[in-house]
Amino acid sequence: MTKEKSNVKSMEGLPKCQTGIRGLDEITDGGLPKGRPSLVCGSAGCGKTLLAMEFLVRGAIQYNEPGVFMSFEESPKELAQNVASLGFDLNDLTARKKMSLDHVRIERSEIEETGEYDLEGLFIRLNHSIDSIGAKRVVLDTIESLYGGLANEGILRAELRRLFRWLKEKGVTAVVTGERGEGTLTRHGLEEYVSDCVILLDNRVEGQITTRRLRVVKYRGSLHGTNEYPFLIDEKGISVLPITSIGLQHDVSNERISSGIPRLDTMLGEKGYYRGSSILISGTAGTGKSSTAASFADAACKRGERCLYFAFEEAPNQIIRNMRSIGIDLEPWIKKGLLEIYAVRPTIYGLEMHLVKMAKLIDEFKPRVVIIDPITNLIAIGSETEVKSMLARLIDFLKAKQITALFTNLSHAGGALEQTEFGISSLMDTWLLLRDIEIGGERNRGLYILKSRGMAHSNQIREFLLTDNGIDLIDVYLGPSGVLTGSARAAVEVQDKISDLMRKEEIELKKRELERQRKAIEGQIAVLRAEFEGKEEEENMLTQKEKLQEETDIEARKEMAHIRKADVSTGNEPTKKGRRNIK
Amino acid sequence: MNDITDDITEPESWELRLYVAGQTPKSITAFNNLKKLCEEHLAGKYRIEVIDLLKNPQLAKGDQIFAIPTLVRQLPQPLKKIIGDLSNTERVLVGLDLRPLKEK
Repeated sequence: MTKEKSNVKSMEGLPKCQTGIRGLDEITDGGLPKGRPSLVCGSAGCGKTLLAMEFLVRGAIQYNEPGVFMSFEESPKELAQNVASLGFDLNDLTARKKMSLDHVRIERSEIEETGEYDLEGLFIRLNHSIDSIGAKRVVLDTIESLYGGLANEGILRAELRRLFRWLKEKGVTAVVTGERGEGTLTRHGLEEYVSDCVILLDNRVEGQITTRRLRVVKYRGSLHGTNEYPFLIDEKGISVLPITSIGLQHDVSNERISSGIPRLDTMLGEKGYYRGSSILISGTAGTGKSSTAASFADAACKRGERCLYFAFEEAPNQIIRNMRSIGIDLEPWIKKGLLEIYAVRPTIYGLEMHLVKMAKLIDEFKPRVVIIDPITNLIAIGSETEVKSMLARLIDFLKAKQITALFTNLSHAGGALEQTEFGISSLMDTWLLLRDIEIGGERNRGLYILKSRGMAHSNQIREFLLTDNGIDLIDVYLGPSGVLTGSARAAVEVQDKISDLMRKEEIELKKRELERQRKAIEGQIAVLRAEFEGKEEEENMLTQKEKLQEETDIEARKEMAHIRKADVSTGNEPTKKGRRNIK
Repeated sequence: MNDITDDITEPESWELRLYVAGQTPKSITAFNNLKKLCEEHLAGKYRIEVIDLLKNPQLAKGDQIFAIPTLVRQLPQPLKKIIGDLSNTERVLVGLDLRPLKEK
């Protein structure tokens, strides 16, 4: 994306000559200034000659621009041998007239200077070489050797100035190399003459580890990257990888991918990790970090995705063997080309080199999942800020490519478990913690999710089991006496079962007792009811008796009245009389 | 090739090559200086070959020429090179190892 932009820009401005060297064209915004000389300087052994040579070879092969290599140090035979290991066949290129090698040998002991001279001979040689193959590119490596061979510096300076002017007139894109001086870019001040583009190479040793770096010191009339960029020299030549923190502009995916452990997916909001997220697994030694990582790799390969596994601790074969013991077979994936394990000791390169190397491998392999196991070892070769900056850039690089990255981190026993040495947790989207839970004389593994951005995740601890069929997560025992795992959990579970049974029996017993009591009460109720009914009957009889008595009484009174010949309407008579009296 | 040969074969023969690039003042001075010097010290046993690189640029590579003018002593061995217009006769004589010869 940045490439397209730069092409447009360079078309408008200064014409550029693509070097074909990986990454360099990006930093220089399209290549070296076309038709002008550029200076490549640096101390001995930092790759000047190689850079210049690659510029010519790539020009000849990729851009059909033949080139002249004028060497002041090495013979054509030596040069050809030196770059043969990079797959450059100089003899073939020279035979095809794509390249011309000229070795200018200056032996001071053979030369005597008397009076005025100029370097026209050099011009003629160069001109002849350029014209004979129609060269568009020229390398002068290292022209400063002239200073060693010639005594008259005044002439030399004037002639070099003329040479660079002549190169410009000739219209060739030239690379001039120069040895680095003390306090100056080149020992003899070549930068005074070559002022369009200056590239500085550096090979620094820090803690016994060397890192090659490249910087565009100046580029007249063009935008360029100003940072120091690490570069690699390997079997494919030079690669400069401008990995800088691009910022937080990358696209975000809503796609979810499985962690390879079904119950972990459940804990992560039922679906697993987000695609393109960064995952950190911390834990002390032997808590199953690598196994979790391998499960993820296995799951990725099962989905048919490529996975790149950077192993900083174990050899590929060892990983395969170990993972097979928990039922994860990675070998078929390697054979299918879906998985690549890249094992290297961290101390072999500097941090920047690791980053460059990783970025290069990622670019080549194009994985969708990257595993780095563990990042802890990187701290051995860099300071905390360096590691953090490197990881930040790596994560940005991966996120920009929508690659899901899983890092493992060995936390030290004794320290706070949540502590990551580099404070990198803030860079991570999902953070799992594996820890030992030590109860009853045994260690068991527990897994928590410390954080997981953008999903509802479980807050519970799970017991982490490595079985013959991979990783299993089971619920831990949460009882009155706290969290229990392993055999303690099993023991407590048995205990629980027993007490459960006992409780059930007790209840049964109580139930029966109550039943009995109820029945007894029911009996009592029946007795009382009988008694009650007896009493009721008695009462009824009494009422009846009373009624009968009353009736008999009235009859008897009537009888008596009749006998006494009294008024028929006995009862009412006196009342009538009384009322009348009131009137 | 502008060959100027004063060739007399003697037990000791001197073969000198002067590389120039066109008829520049420096080249002419160099040639005159050389001629004079040879007449003085090597009369009758030298041969001068003048090579104009403007005409034969491919010849520059062979003798490792980068400066103009350059005098190359092909014979006697070992090969010697003197660059410049040869105006400093003393230095030229040292360069050509001619000093001891003169004393003979």
